[in-house]
Amino acid sequence: MPGQQSEPDTFSRLLLRNAQRWHDRPAMREKDLGIWQTWTWADVAGEVKILSCGLAALGFKRGDRLAVIGDNRPRLYWAMASAQALGGVPVPLYQDAVASEMIYVLQDAEAKFAVVEDQEQVDKLLEILAQCPKLTHIIYDDPRGMRHYRHPRLYSFDTLVEKGRAHDAAYPRYFTDEIDKGDTSDLAVILYTSGTTAKPKGVSHTHAALLATVRVLVQFDQFSERDDILCYLPMAWVGDFLYSFAQAHVAGFCLNCPESPNTVMQDMREIGPTYFFAPPRVYESLLTTVMIRMADAAPVKRAVFDFFMRVARRAGLRILEGKPGVAFVDRALYVLGEWLVYGPLKNMLGMSRLKVAYTGGEAIGPDLFDFYRSLGINLKQLYGMTETCVTVCMQRSGDVRLDTVGPPMPGVEVRVADNGEVLVRSPGLMREYHRQPEATREAIDTDGFFHTGDAGYFDTDGHIKIIDRAKDVGRMADGTLFAPKYIENKLKFFPYIKEAVAYGDQRNEVCVFINIDVAAVGDWAERRNLAYSGYVDLAAKAEVYDLIADCVAKVNADLARDPAMAGAQIHRFLNMHKELDADDDELTRTRKVRRRFIADKYAPLIEALYSGKSECPIETAMKFEDGRTGVVRAVVKIREANVFTPEQVKKAG
Amino acid sequence: MQAARHLGDAILKIEDIALAFGGVKALTDVSFDVREHEIRAIIGPNGAGKSSMLNVINGVYHPQKGRVTFKGVTRKQMRPHEAAKQGIARTFQNIALFKGMTVLDNLMTGRNLKMSAGLLAQALWFGPALREEIEHRKVVERIIDFLQIESIRKTPVARLPYGLQKRVELGRALAAEPDLLLLDEPMAGMNVEEKEDMCRFILDVNDEFGTTIVLIEHDMGVVMDLSDRVVVLDYGRKIGDGTPEEIRNNQAVIDAYLGVKH
Repeated sequence: MPGQQSEPDTFSRLLLRNAQRWHDRPAMREKDLGIWQTWTWADVAGEVKILSCGLAALGFKRGDRLAVIGDNRPRLYWAMASAQALGGVPVPLYQDAVASEMIYVLQDAEAKFAVVEDQEQVDKLLEILAQCPKLTHIIYDDPRGMRHYRHPRLYSFDTLVEKGRAHDAAYPRYFTDEIDKGDTSDLAVILYTSGTTAKPKGVSHTHAALLATVRVLVQFDQFSERDDILCYLPMAWVGDFLYSFAQAHVAGFCLNCPESPNTVMQDMREIGPTYFFAPPRVYESLLTTVMIRMADAAPVKRAVFDFFMRVARRAGLRILEGKPGVAFVDRALYVLGEWLVYGPLKNMLGMSRLKVAYTGGEAIGPDLFDFYRSLGINLKQLYGMTETCVTVCMQRSGDVRLDTVGPPMPGVEVRVADNGEVLVRSPGLMREYHRQPEATREAIDTDGFFHTGDAGYFDTDGHIKIIDRAKDVGRMADGTLFAPKYIENKLKFFPYIKEAVAYGDQRNEVCVFINIDVAAVGDWAERRNLAYSGYVDLAAKAEVYDLIADCVAKVNADLARDPAMAGAQIHRFLNMHKELDADDDELTRTRKVRRRFIADKYAPLIEALYSGKSECPIETAMKFEDGRTGVVRAVVKIREANVFTPEQVKKAG
Repeated sequence: MQAARHLGDAILKIEDIALAFGGVKALTDVSFDVREHEIRAIIGPNGAGKSSMLNVINGVYHPQKGRVTFKGVTRKQMRPHEAAKQGIARTFQNIALFKGMTVLDNLMTGRNLKMSAGLLAQALWFGPALREEIEHRKVVERIIDFLQIESIRKTPVARLPYGLQKRVELGRALAAEPDLLLLDEPMAGMNVEEKEDMCRFILDVNDEFGTTIVLIEHDMGVVMDLSDRVVVLDYGRKIGDGTPEEIRNNQAVIDAYLGVKH
């Protein structure tokens, strides 16, 4: 890039540059004792300098690892920056992990220092200190409750600062000298994957990889030093490191740390960030809060809200995307609505100043997505993982779609393997899994492509659709891609469907088990004066079957629109006679369906689905919450679903 | 705010207190002392006179007989606001907060006695009154931080669950920066988690601020864990006094709780 030769190539050098360029602009804020405290970039550089000197005085050396554990606090971010300045590597850990879970990461990273937030984290580390002999220094930020702690490896933050001041006075050039020794190919951070299935893996990123990624990100959404971001996601997660810490270094914007994890929404309202990332469930819980508050509002207010939300649904998306075809009346009403409803609502949510909002990690429901977008919030999706510095695909403003994650980012090469797996090569790729050469070789092939483990494909416009985990994706007998989770998610977006389990691998047709949402369907039944005695009875009602058949038909129509998926439409479904339950091993503890286990357990139902029977008697043992076991007997009915041809859906629009 | 956990001299001395309402003898010749920085529990079966004892200490009831000496000053008759001025704060068995006011405002009322600006200055919120309020607000914010109730700072108390209301009430008592804190069943009606939180806060208050605490509590586990010494009352008389271990093995106490054949 022309004119960029002088751009600093490590985070520490960026910090020094920022301290000069934006010396009086806010770099960090934290709400303390009810008041937002501000540190400018010059302040931050000063704090980091003293901390670095303090760490050096305690014996922190180039290449040493420094564990960081706690909520998003300025001092913990400074600790990360200090480790980098000394040529060390920060290793943020999940602050809510229990002590035993931290052992592995601390051992694997061979952390010598740990900077932790408070007594809670100190207690955990002291508990496992015997298993982590390399951990020689534990530094705590919040002194509360620490009065009686005496331990040779324990240091207060104040001690560190004191030692830092003395060290700095003795060696005034130490800090800048150390930064000068740094190289862009040094490790900048090790981020541990959460490891739900196996031992966590330490993803090692260099300064070069992170900075290359972040520069693209900052350009992509036009961030500047005038932006604000709320740091509320775990520091150990790649998203927080990348979007908060790394982006702030490049763009110079301000990181705002909430007062406590419980006050995030209030703090967000006060700060009004211009950039926001959240997984879909956060958006969902926000929407639920709004809806509950509205349901309690006075009838007039509710009527106004409902009216303008209808206007927003009709016209909001097109207005946001600058598309034509909005009636003049709707345009005028939308302006009025902005004044009466959308504006105040966005203000309540702390979203008034948002330039962009992102979501990712899992599929987002259409209603949810459209709700925010129709309010004029530029909510977009992205795709990526820790190993790729996230940033594989992002949706461009004005080119946002519900069912894709956008085209590959500039500089990122994406390939789809024969088995449907998405492969990625980019400057932001990790260097390796820490101390796991075998796993690294498995993940990155000889061409330098990282195997994401996700299955997806390019649609006709070059956008990527992520459909499932690659290992779960199968092929139907005719070769059509069968992505069970993709189909299940589409079903689960209907409020009446709580869980769905799709089958179709090596088969001619796709069939699904449906677990109705007893609360939503029960409510629906009550409004129709439909009497029922319980889940089993409700699920078996013909009216409920009609209701679910409608949902299935809509999913099929949706699938038929997509040439790659048209062959995977649902042919038959049944409403399960019992709710899927983690106690019966049908779901994992994180509520993911265990497809294969369910198939074995309910083999007669599968058999009936594929042999075209109209009903099937079944008897199932189940565990009650108090530990007793019982048996559910039922005759489960099977319903044929409407299947569409591409021509039919085209005609329907 | 000093280094705590070394028990000082007696800060409060109760000597031969007798209190009767007409013919009902609520307390009969009760004597005990509370040492500085101590957590002192008062236990006893229902109607033993525990709350009456607290009410004597903070001047709501006036005993017919006996002496109360607080910080070396012996008093005969005292009204509650005088007790408050001397540095005694309390919480109540059934929460006594201003339900319609926010948590913050409730805590600010705890600072009431420390405010010196005149009515007019306060009403106009000007000059010294403004500076004073900022100072008080700082103290209150520190308590909010201490009790981890930042997220409900501006929530009206009536909207809070019971356990949190109890915590707010403790906060209001702390706002007065008391030397002696009287807690009347701080854990009544709480679930296990809320109880654990409250125990933690009581220990922290005692530890961080060095506040002397007298508490009434029914949960024996809590009493035995928290307190340095325990007084046991039964039918208005003191039947035991000592460390939790001594009380556990005291035959008179066991009889009072489990009952004996007559």
